Amino acid sequence: MAEPLLSVNDLKVSFRTEDGIVRAVDGVSFTVDEGEVVGIVGESGSGKSVTMMSVMRLITDPNVIYQGEIVYKGRNLMQVSRDTMRGVRGEEIAMIFQDPMTSLNPVYTIGWQIEEQLNEHYDLKKGQARRRAIELLTQVGIPKPAERVDDYPHQFSGGMRQRVMIALALSCNPDLLIADEPTTALDVTIQAQILELIKNLKRDFGSAVVLITHDLGVVADIADRILVMYAGRIVEEGNKEQIFYDPQHPYTWGLLGSIARLDRPKARRLTAIAGQPPSLINRPQGCSFRPRCPQAFDRCRAEDPKLTAKVGDGHLDACHLSIEDKRARRDATINPELAETA
Amino acid sequence: MAVFEPEAEGLVLDAEETGGDVVGRSPWSLAGRRLLRNKLALAAFALFVLIVAVSLAAPLYAHRVAHTDPYASNLSGTFQLNGKTVQVIQQGAGKLGLGETPVGPTWHAKYFIGADSQGRDVMARVLYGGRASLFIGVGSALLACLVALVLALVAGYFGGITDLVLSRLMDLIWAFPLYLLAISLATVLLARPTTKPLKIWFITLQAASLWIPLLIIGIVYIPYVFRPIRGQVLSLREKEFVEAAVAQGAGSLRVVFLEVLPNVLSTVIVLLPLMIATTILTESALSYLSIGVQPPKASWGTIVEDGQTLLYTRPWVAIAPGIMIVLTVLALNVFGDGLRDALDPRSKVRMK
Amino acid sequence: MVTFAVRRLLGLIAVMLVLSVLVFLIFFETPGVDPARLMAGRNPNQATINAIRHEFGLDRPLPVRYALMMKRMFITRDLISYGSHTRVIPEITSATPVTLSLVVGAAVIWVIFSILTGVAATVLRGTVFDPILMILALIGISMPVFWLGEIVNLFTQSRWHGFFLFSWVPPLGYTPITQNPLKWFEGLVFPWLTLSVLYVGFYARVLRANLIETENEDYIRTARSKGISERRVLLRHNLRTSMITFVSLFGLDFGILVGGGALLTEVVFGLPGVGLLTYNSLTSLDLPVIMTTVIYGAFFITLASALVDLLYAWLDPRVRPT
Repeated sequence: MAEPLLSVNDLKVSFRTEDGIVRAVDGVSFTVDEGEVVGIVGESGSGKSVTMMSVMRLITDPNVIYQGEIVYKGRNLMQVSRDTMRGVRGEEIAMIFQDPMTSLNPVYTIGWQIEEQLNEHYDLKKGQARRRAIELLTQVGIPKPAERVDDYPHQFSGGMRQRVMIALALSCNPDLLIADEPTTALDVTIQAQILELIKNLKRDFGSAVVLITHDLGVVADIADRILVMYAGRIVEEGNKEQIFYDPQHPYTWGLLGSIARLDRPKARRLTAIAGQPPSLINRPQGCSFRPRCPQAFDRCRAEDPKLTAKVGDGHLDACHLSIEDKRARRDATINPELAETA
Repeated sequence: MAVFEPEAEGLVLDAEETGGDVVGRSPWSLAGRRLLRNKLALAAFALFVLIVAVSLAAPLYAHRVAHTDPYASNLSGTFQLNGKTVQVIQQGAGKLGLGETPVGPTWHAKYFIGADSQGRDVMARVLYGGRASLFIGVGSALLACLVALVLALVAGYFGGITDLVLSRLMDLIWAFPLYLLAISLATVLLARPTTKPLKIWFITLQAASLWIPLLIIGIVYIPYVFRPIRGQVLSLREKEFVEAAVAQGAGSLRVVFLEVLPNVLSTVIVLLPLMIATTILTESALSYLSIGVQPPKASWGTIVEDGQTLLYTRPWVAIAPGIMIVLTVLALNVFGDGLRDALDPRSKVRMK
Repeated sequence: MVTFAVRRLLGLIAVMLVLSVLVFLIFFETPGVDPARLMAGRNPNQATINAIRHEFGLDRPLPVRYALMMKRMFITRDLISYGSHTRVIPEITSATPVTLSLVVGAAVIWVIFSILTGVAATVLRGTVFDPILMILALIGISMPVFWLGEIVNLFTQSRWHGFFLFSWVPPLGYTPITQNPLKWFEGLVFPWLTLSVLYVGFYARVLRANLIETENEDYIRTARSKGISERRVLLRHNLRTSMITFVSLFGLDFGILVGGGALLTEVVFGLPGVGLLTYNSLTSLDLPVIMTTVIYGAFFITLASALVDLLYAWLDPRVRPT
């Protein structure tokens, strides 16, 4: 197997606060191959955004503490100089953010903002950057791009602004595109359009994509591989089929149970996961999900489960239950009607 | 197939597991904790309290320590210094042996930092001046905050025509440059050529009453407090908890006092020390221009003005009250900053 | 854009009209105060008071009184000062260049130094220099300008005047730039510095707060993610948007100072500007002069705030009329 494009090894990100040290990311390891689409799923505060912001070294909080390594094309990004990192940002790894309403600078035209990035990374002649900006706006489906290039962000709708953000991110043909909840702030109909756009552009530009979301439904269509994060750790990892059809971790069951599915025979009630995520300052002993887990037993309190492959190739989970137990209980939890017929 | 019941104890979150340190406390106690951690703000507050205490003790100093009357001029008096008799106003002590010069700092109980051109003990006057300055500063800031709070609650909550009228009125005072408005009011109300009491409708004020500058300064600052609070009331009115109270049939008064008021109160508390700092500076400026505190009463501003003619010979007369102003205003600003950081960490409230 | 400007202009005229009424009411209609008595200055005789009462039409109905006053102030411009027996309007016009000299110079100093201080404090956040700079700024804000002026005079005019660093400082007063530019400059150096101290402190703090607030904006993160330099993020993205508040505050403060707000500085340094004129008429209770300076000052400031609105639209595309 070829060297992965990005490999994150035992990454820990903590913040010093007045109440103690918050372990936002607590030992996360994963890889992203060239051209691959990886979905990172988890509720807010699970550390998914912090992980990817760390890859870009975009966390400016002076109280942050990093441990572990982030290897991109053979270089540890945690250790490269600021200037090298600047060269990586935007040109090799680009990022799209959650809220398109606030992610563009209100006082510059969108053309100016795209050209700024182009000029930073390429030595362009006058007019070239502008032509490229108009071209990019055409590619992301902005109508009348030659006119709109001189408009300010507030003159665009939310969905159009997210398209502008995508144009901005793709302007230097990055190898890796990080999309942090790119559709969360948008209307449902627009969400589908934006996801479709990312899918098509990924094909055209050949970038690898890391899609961060709290909604498993969003990654169902697009992701090759899915990581499920909970309380700063990865609790399950696998390809799309493994996660959707053979989920191993009770937290993943919970996530699956809380989305409406059209591929199941009977409409049923959506189930919610009871309780709240644990404090990242005083992590409960044993499994972090244990306080909310209906399946928890003695071992879960005593011992912290490791992320290991139990069921099959590339399908990892961190749960103490045996495979048989899991399958039985899972069907009872997320598919009662299937469990009865089984 | 066995159906597993969720374990009851698994769903109960222990306090230590939710890490609810932060979640469980009221915003007020959190703010208190943050404020107590801010040593600089606490020191500033202590300094302010000290200045207030010292000013309150002015009569004690004047009668017990300096044995002097801060208001009576003492042009031909003498006093004992290190066993020698010294003239309070010394003839021909100036550079060319001309004119009259009051005695300089003795660094003793009597005339500690010297006398002014009337032969009065400057130290005692500075302490008495502090009473006037603090009274007007605190009083006018309280007045401005209180009136602005009531008006903002009425305008912001009832909206419509009430809000329109009140806001336009405030805009009008706002458009009037603050010091020009103060000068206009002071000219008419204070700098009158007579000493007859002032009668406005049913209020009678003595010509030299401290209430006149207090009212003038209080009035001109109302819009400065009104604006941020009205904005906050308007946004609170849209909040779910207020709508919920209204939906439950709570009356207007009830909603205003029980739902809206507690939420804007922290804004007023944050603004208050900063307002006092501002009003003390304004009072000193008006008094320096002789349209603030009127003789025989004195405030720090009037003493600085008194000292201007003696500046090159007896600089302490002007320096001392100025230092008191700087210390007081600085203490209030530092404390106010700390209070804002504690109560309003995201800094919604800003002056101007 | 034209309709916006016209609307703003109409609003401006309305505000000026209302302000003039307000000033008129304060000076002539405050209950318990007799304006004729007030206008006659200290120790007048009854004949003077009666003459004034007649001259200003104080025995006629209120609207007529207001109209008469405005006519004398703006149309015939023959309002006479009771102190100096000269016309008020030319006095104000001749005092304006002094005030302008003072305020423009101070404004240049305060803009440069407050931007430097504010940016430095932001960049140095987390080191001891940030709190030190901010405490210095607070001290600047906490000093009464007239007192600071006196201290400056004490040292530059008297105590340290013999010292070569300050021996060039001319005596208090003003030399017109047309007469001797060097003397004009020398005489204004310390008034400029004194006046700007408060504003350097205030603007540095406002700017730092704005810079830090903007630093948390999503678009700053976007700018970083584009790979541009920290310096460019700070100056082209953060400072550029933070300057919107800065510039609008500056416009208003500049207007207030030119409109007579620099009076404390003018009094301390004996600069015969509009503020000193106001002060002198205050001490002699020269009501026509006080009232005229107040109205002129208020008009200037209203004008400044209208200009600020236009400037704001230019700086912030979001409020630009389309």
